[in-house]
Amino acid sequence: MNLEFTPEEIAFREEVRAFIEENHPEHLEGMGSREDMSPEDMTAWHKILGKKGWSVPAWPEEYGGTGWTATQRYIWSEENARKGTFMPLPFGVSMVGPVIYTFGSEELKNKHLPGIRSGEVWWAQGYSEPGAGSDLASLKTTAVREGDHYIVNGQKTWTTLAQHADWGFFLVRTDPDAAKPQEGISFLLIDMNSPGVEVKPIKLIDGGHEVNETWLTDVKVPVENLVGEENKGWTYAKFLLAHERSGIAGVARSKRGVEKLRDIAAKEKLDGKPLIEDFDFARKVSQLEIDLAALEITELRTLAGEQAGKGPGPESSILKIKGTEIQQRLTELTLEAVGSYGTPMYGSIADYGSNEYPIGPEYAEHSAATYFNMRKTSIYGGSNEIQRNIITKMILGL
Amino acid sequence: MDFNFTEEQDMVRDGLARLVREEYGAETRREVIASDSGWRPEIWAQLAELGILGMPFSEGDGGFGGGAIDAMVVMEEFGKGLVVEPFVPTVVCAGGFLKHAGTVAQKEEHIGGIVSGERVYAFAYAEPQGRYDLSDIQVTAKKEGDGYVLSGHKAVVIGAPWASHLVVTARTGGDRNDKEGISVFVVAKDTDGIVTRDYATVDGRRASEVYFENASIPADALIGEEGAALPLIERVTDEAIAAQCAEACGAMKVANATTLEYSKQRKQFGVPIGKFQVLQHRMVDMYTEYESSVSMTYLATLRLGEDERTRKLAVSAAKVRVGQAATKVGQESIQIHGGNGMTDEYAIGHYFKRLTIFNSEFGDVDHHMKRHVALSSD
Repeated sequence: MNLEFTPEEIAFREEVRAFIEENHPEHLEGMGSREDMSPEDMTAWHKILGKKGWSVPAWPEEYGGTGWTATQRYIWSEENARKGTFMPLPFGVSMVGPVIYTFGSEELKNKHLPGIRSGEVWWAQGYSEPGAGSDLASLKTTAVREGDHYIVNGQKTWTTLAQHADWGFFLVRTDPDAAKPQEGISFLLIDMNSPGVEVKPIKLIDGGHEVNETWLTDVKVPVENLVGEENKGWTYAKFLLAHERSGIAGVARSKRGVEKLRDIAAKEKLDGKPLIEDFDFARKVSQLEIDLAALEITELRTLAGEQAGKGPGPESSILKIKGTEIQQRLTELTLEAVGSYGTPMYGSIADYGSNEYPIGPEYAEHSAATYFNMRKTSIYGGSNEIQRNIITKMILGL
Repeated sequence: MDFNFTEEQDMVRDGLARLVREEYGAETRREVIASDSGWRPEIWAQLAELGILGMPFSEGDGGFGGGAIDAMVVMEEFGKGLVVEPFVPTVVCAGGFLKHAGTVAQKEEHIGGIVSGERVYAFAYAEPQGRYDLSDIQVTAKKEGDGYVLSGHKAVVIGAPWASHLVVTARTGGDRNDKEGISVFVVAKDTDGIVTRDYATVDGRRASEVYFENASIPADALIGEEGAALPLIERVTDEAIAAQCAEACGAMKVANATTLEYSKQRKQFGVPIGKFQVLQHRMVDMYTEYESSVSMTYLATLRLGEDERTRKLAVSAAKVRVGQAATKVGQESIQIHGGNGMTDEYAIGHYFKRLTIFNSEFGDVDHHMKRHVALSSD
């Protein structure tokens, strides 16, 4: 048992660090959490990694994975966080990709995996519905088989960044008479440019347009876009959620976030002295750092277990819960640190704010919006209460 | 980076798990801690026989070549059974001082006795006025002739009633809170002028107030350099903290399992109480607290050999996190057990008590949070 890197791992770190230094677009540095990025900026790093063959490290090598060890993947995310890169969006590489290569036909693999790897194709997730949130299996969107097609009708919601999406993966009901609601669901890939697909923005409390309502009206979807077997979609959906959770801890990003918080708290003043010298505040930062250290080791233990052959299991629910709590706490403390300059509305909303000159210190910009935005993390990906239900069932056996 | 244990460590764990299972049932433990002596020398002898007491010492020092990870493995198993025998004071603390700073002669004299189980040690560092501050020392060691004379009062010395020897921190110079002027001595407990007041602790162990009434000790009782022992004391204390964090992990693991099992058996409103989501989620949080404690115990243990700042940051972080978890798991275990958790009969209360006292040994959450904050600003 040890925490040391081997000489090979140190060499690997040098290699990826050099690659990131040379190839990461300068204007994107530190944009990792900005809300006013263009879609081109959001996929720029993904496309560069796609060319290098590093966009889907965790995939099996036969589908383009890098075959990196758990430690190498840890180093990879650390180095990316150091630079503040905007990592590939999860919808393709962490969500639908693993479902397609695990359960999809050869045809689907050949058609879709290359675009996911390269970042050329933008994916959206059609899971939640207005009436189906945590109780996802109660979803009502229907797909009725007519010859070589399914006819899809219904409404999805919280479809993240669907305004840019080329394709979507959807959970649809194919057997309304199934004995249990989970048994009548299928996993369908839908071209977002199909007639009858309509994406409408939802404005969020942070002022941004991150999520949408997606309406599906008599959308014709070829039968070959079904992943795996009809009515087995719930199994694939659960598989996907476990994959989604394992990257969700965001440890490396949060570590950089804590460094940034310390910097801010060194610049802000309380009674004429740096805020970070105030014990009440410093204590909160230390607590955050301690909780983050625990999460980091827990994630490394989980990764090591995965490498030893255990797939991402229910333990990843812990990573989701603790990871999101820490991300939220970090943004909360950052907002607290900037004091009054958390108040002005900054950014791209021409009606309310102004971009002309900075109001207050630069580091205060977006601190409130980011705090508001991060409340989503304990709700999405299976709310933290649902994660507790999963652990209850899978680990406690209740 | 590697989180695997060696085959030997796995064997040690299995062997200790068997020993704890067979010799350390709740009923037996209850009788032992209520007995006159409060411990079982025969268990100590068995540990010596199994090689447990010699494990963390190098082969050159007469041990079996292990280290902190081995101590962690041992203490986790001890925590599961709430073992009272003084492994940390004897092997981790006294053993640590001797390993790091003992002369060849001192190692020869003491380590053999530790490994064979013949000698038992207690670590007398705390003082009534000093709270958790390792440098707040008023016990004095005055040079006299060839040796020293010890005077003063050491507080809550765990395992002292069972000990043949004491490791004592004392002032050879400086004022009450000075970092300089602190020295460490190892002395036989039956030395003239050492008076103890022995008592039981709330978590099933024994301890003493130790009074040094002009106790004359020889020059070779001094371990390490005179007047410059604080860094050594901090190092050994950190090693003890890491070992006790492992003990707390073991205790939490059993507390969680016991509580979970209880929630499956205990029926109210016609169903097992484990069916209630409000309890399920609390038990999930207890499980998460345990896992994060294991992680921090690994971190602290694996950082013991690093530079001083890295070591202290990791150990304080672990003591904070594990301490918070120990409190939460202990309190929730009792709550979910309901009235039965309040009884001496149910094992869970004994885990709660040990987890509570774990928190104040070698500095509580606040103490280590302060150390973490201070080191973070360096």
